[in-house]
Amino acid sequence: MRDSVARRSGGREARLGRRARPQEAEAVAPELLVTTSANPDGPALVLACGAIANEIIALREQLGIADETMVLHCLPAELHNRPGQIAPRVDAFLSEHRHKYSRVLLGYGDCGTGGALDKVLARHEAERLPHMHCYEFFAGTPRFTRIAEAEVGSYFVTDFLVRHFDKLVWEGCGLDKRPEMLETFFGNYRDLVYLAQTDNPALEDKAREAAARLGLNYVYHKVGYGDLAEAIRKVAPPAAEAGHV
Amino acid sequence: MSDGEEIILRDLSDDDLVEQMKDDLYDGLADEVHEGTTILLERGWDANTVLSEALVEGMRIVGLDFRDGILFVPEVLQCAGAMKAGMELLRPILANSDSKASLGTYVIGTVKGDIHDIGKNLVGMMLEGAGFEVVDLGINNPVENYLAAIDKHNPAILGMSALLTTTMPYMGVVIEELDKRGILKNLPVMVGGAPLNQEFADAIGAHSYGRDAAMSAELAKALVGRNH
Repeated sequence: MRDSVARRSGGREARLGRRARPQEAEAVAPELLVTTSANPDGPALVLACGAIANEIIALREQLGIADETMVLHCLPAELHNRPGQIAPRVDAFLSEHRHKYSRVLLGYGDCGTGGALDKVLARHEAERLPHMHCYEFFAGTPRFTRIAEAEVGSYFVTDFLVRHFDKLVWEGCGLDKRPEMLETFFGNYRDLVYLAQTDNPALEDKAREAAARLGLNYVYHKVGYGDLAEAIRKVAPPAAEAGHV
Repeated sequence: MSDGEEIILRDLSDDDLVEQMKDDLYDGLADEVHEGTTILLERGWDANTVLSEALVEGMRIVGLDFRDGILFVPEVLQCAGAMKAGMELLRPILANSDSKASLGTYVIGTVKGDIHDIGKNLVGMMLEGAGFEVVDLGINNPVENYLAAIDKHNPAILGMSALLTTTMPYMGVVIEELDKRGILKNLPVMVGGAPLNQEFADAIGAHSYGRDAAMSAELAKALVGRNH
């Protein structure tokens, strides 16, 4: 029998003691249950996941939407890994700021909230993209469905996820500390499917490398901005179109 | 015990060792949990008591902190790995023991179209710790797989898991089929998975919704009338 282990103690108390902020500060906020009102003369608000901020900024430029017509505010992209916090964070933001804006588009799909986001939106006269997640609204529903049905073990990434693969995926799954967990997290997947928003050879290389690190086949689809473009155009019509309304 | 203190597990009293094992399990220290389990068994502890007081209780605390956003999936998996290290020692003893009557068979599987099994595997481990014989159907299960397993194993409970909003409705398809065949009235069905909630479970006619692995095990025991 090996020698008894001598080590440093830790456990729950130590972990709670190491936390920089009190537990309450990070706990999910209760539903505020505030029904807010709109400002018909205000700009439109796009309240989006930080993972699609670059795409919305690019679309605003492409569509010629004036800064004073549309305000973009993003919540942390890390919520992708903690979907239970999305609806409370959206609720808190809209409870405080909804009255400044004429229309609100949530730059989210259901995103794993199990309908919780829709309940929040109903109280704040806001809408979201009618998709399950960003993979679906970038690819468009028919194309996304085809890919997912053809290979159930498809692991989807976008420009953002490729760019931040190390932080959000590799470290997000704790694989930097415990690489032996790779099989646990990705053993059931077969393909890494890159749904690209832009033509970017450097990102393609990075996506290919990510697939290799995860032990998956590499599949590439250039999908662009998909249904996000029309949703942005609808919530904040470009100046030229707005004049005809 | 304060952070940074050196500890020799064999020097600890039984009570302190159990507390330390719960901390070690919380920290995902598989070797230490393995050793703690060995020590308790050598000191004459019943395998069932080691399981319930150190390992299952440790995982219950992990489950609470996962629910409260203090621990996240990677850490919970490390905790589960530590529990597994202790279970490896206890499983053969429990299998040969008369002291632990099985609570029955629990058939569990991830539904069709879904390949995610991390949560399901955690639930399976907690159910095993609670005393169920777990039959794991794996991932991507059509209704036929559940029906075949029910026929073959005559389970006390059927559990279904889904991680995707797109696949969770399939749980309703399975429940409908069980109802059509008259199976549902005698077979409690539990559902779980990240995007689910009680409302959804009620809507599809599931008997029970397990919010996390520890709670699922408690609910399963309650369903078979052994929640004590």
